[in-house]
Amino acid sequence: MYIRLEHINKSFGSMKASDDVSFGIEKGRLIGLLGPSGSGKTTILRMIAGLEKQDSGDIFIEDKLVNDLPSSKRGIGFVFQSYALFPYLNVYSNIAYGLKIQKKDKAFIDNRVKELLELVGLPGLEKRYPDQLSGGQRQRVALARALAPNPELLLLDEPFAAIDAKVRKELRTWLRETIDKIGITSIFVTHDQDEAIEVADEIIITNNGRVEQTGAPDKIYLNPKTPFVAQFIGQSTVIEHYSRLKGFEHVKGKHKAVIRPEFIEIHKFTDNGHHDFETAMEDGTVADVSFRGSAYEVKVDIGTLVLTGRMPLGSEAPKKGDKVKVLIRQLYTFDDSSTEIVGNSALVSGEVYYI
Amino acid sequence: MEQTRNTNLPEKILRCGIISWIIVVTVWGLGSLGYDEYFLPSPKETLDSIKTLWKDGTLQADIIASVWRVVRGWLLAVVTAVPLGLAVGSFRPIRWLIEPILSFFRFVPAIALTTLFLMWFGVGDKSKIALIVYASFFPIFVNTIAGVASTDRSLIEAASCMGSSKARIFFTVMVPSAVSNIFTGVRLGLSSSIICIIAAEMLVGSDGLGYLINSSKLYYKTGWAFAGIVSLAVIGFAADRLLQFAGRKSLKRFGVK
Repeated sequence: MYIRLEHINKSFGSMKASDDVSFGIEKGRLIGLLGPSGSGKTTILRMIAGLEKQDSGDIFIEDKLVNDLPSSKRGIGFVFQSYALFPYLNVYSNIAYGLKIQKKDKAFIDNRVKELLELVGLPGLEKRYPDQLSGGQRQRVALARALAPNPELLLLDEPFAAIDAKVRKELRTWLRETIDKIGITSIFVTHDQDEAIEVADEIIITNNGRVEQTGAPDKIYLNPKTPFVAQFIGQSTVIEHYSRLKGFEHVKGKHKAVIRPEFIEIHKFTDNGHHDFETAMEDGTVADVSFRGSAYEVKVDIGTLVLTGRMPLGSEAPKKGDKVKVLIRQLYTFDDSSTEIVGNSALVSGEVYYI
Repeated sequence: MEQTRNTNLPEKILRCGIISWIIVVTVWGLGSLGYDEYFLPSPKETLDSIKTLWKDGTLQADIIASVWRVVRGWLLAVVTAVPLGLAVGSFRPIRWLIEPILSFFRFVPAIALTTLFLMWFGVGDKSKIALIVYASFFPIFVNTIAGVASTDRSLIEAASCMGSSKARIFFTVMVPSAVSNIFTGVRLGLSSSIICIIAAEMLVGSDGLGYLINSSKLYYKTGWAFAGIVSLAVIGFAADRLLQFAGRKSLKRFGVK
């Protein structure tokens, strides 16, 4: 493991920001630290950077214990949510800042700045000042500046939080590509699961100062290990009394369940038409329809509860009040500590689940 | 394009302040009609006084005497208050030590110390310059401390992550971040200097604008007092604007507006 955190504890007053946090990261990976705000993800990042000191526990970078190493000696690049560019220095001097500390000569610095500006897609902007750049450009410069001294590890704290939605999507893809190009081990903090899933090789999910689950995004998505993850990941609806639904029996000890839109199929009701898996379907009424670009998001009232599902853009848009058939293919049941995937038992066995 | 310029013209005139001055002079002129020149000289009489004093050279001599004192005292305050403020502001324990003392002296105006300073430093320029230093030191010092202390934490952290030592962070992050506040302090210090030098010159001495204003009563020359006051206002206004202009030109990047 390239970076290891072992039994890290950290409190701010009575708030426990890190509660026995342990995990390892392999070299060259891009890691997403994902969690709701206040879950302790930024604290973890800042402790790795040496900007915050843990109350107990050890941090290793490349098998070296760095507990007492100041941030200036850890060989890390840090990108701040607020960019933290020096407003009184132009783009060139901002990027050259770390290189000057390393006492590189002028020709080297000139070259490196040029190279980095090309890497981040802003060639020729050396003379601009931060207040003459857009948010996206500033964050690119901030990345170039962090990368300039050739750090071993790149840490990004909510790098796109302050950037508007459209540019944010572009920057995400761009960041992924840029990091792939240079192959630097990177950890970024985000509260946006789409961002984490799209960008990261591996996700670490935090909640209440604890690490809930780590793993590849698809693995976590398909196999949430804890109730928190099951509810947090995906567009999840928590329901009680799931055994009232057709095809589901109560699992001992697990009183609640999570349903995601992709677990649900919604079919238009036809009086004489025949539906497959008739017995597995619930009757429902469309309660609300919203257009989501690639599909309709449909809320269906099935009497006991309202489910959210999607319908493809077809010939006729569903309308409020339409009668529909709803097939719930699977759900996650959970208790306080574990989750279990439960399939619809009324479906013919051998049916392939797709989610 | 032409039209927008036309519609903006009244606004421009209003903003540049000419109208304000016309109003002041008009009100003053109308008011002075009801009184004689010993009580309230008119703008015209004041201008005549300025001309007379200018011709015999007293006004220039007094202006130079006052300005020279202000410049020496104020510069002395700048070169002491800025480095001290930077040191205090960047080191928290010292800041905690100094802050209570500062808030105590903040309420002791320089004028209150005139007598003491005359006793300690004599009746010459020394005591007056000491007063100016005292008057302008605090605004510069306090603003410098505030400037350093309010340095954006993430800038310091960014510098640290790039390998910057504490000393380097001080010079490349904290000092530049404080420039805008320091400059505000320097400007405030200049106006404090001017206020206090007039008071000091009125109490003791034989030259300077304060002396001119004060001594006018001995000769029943109210016009001279007005000449001194007008000169003072013009000098103060010009000095502040000049300083502001210079700051805006050369320190724009540091956030000086």
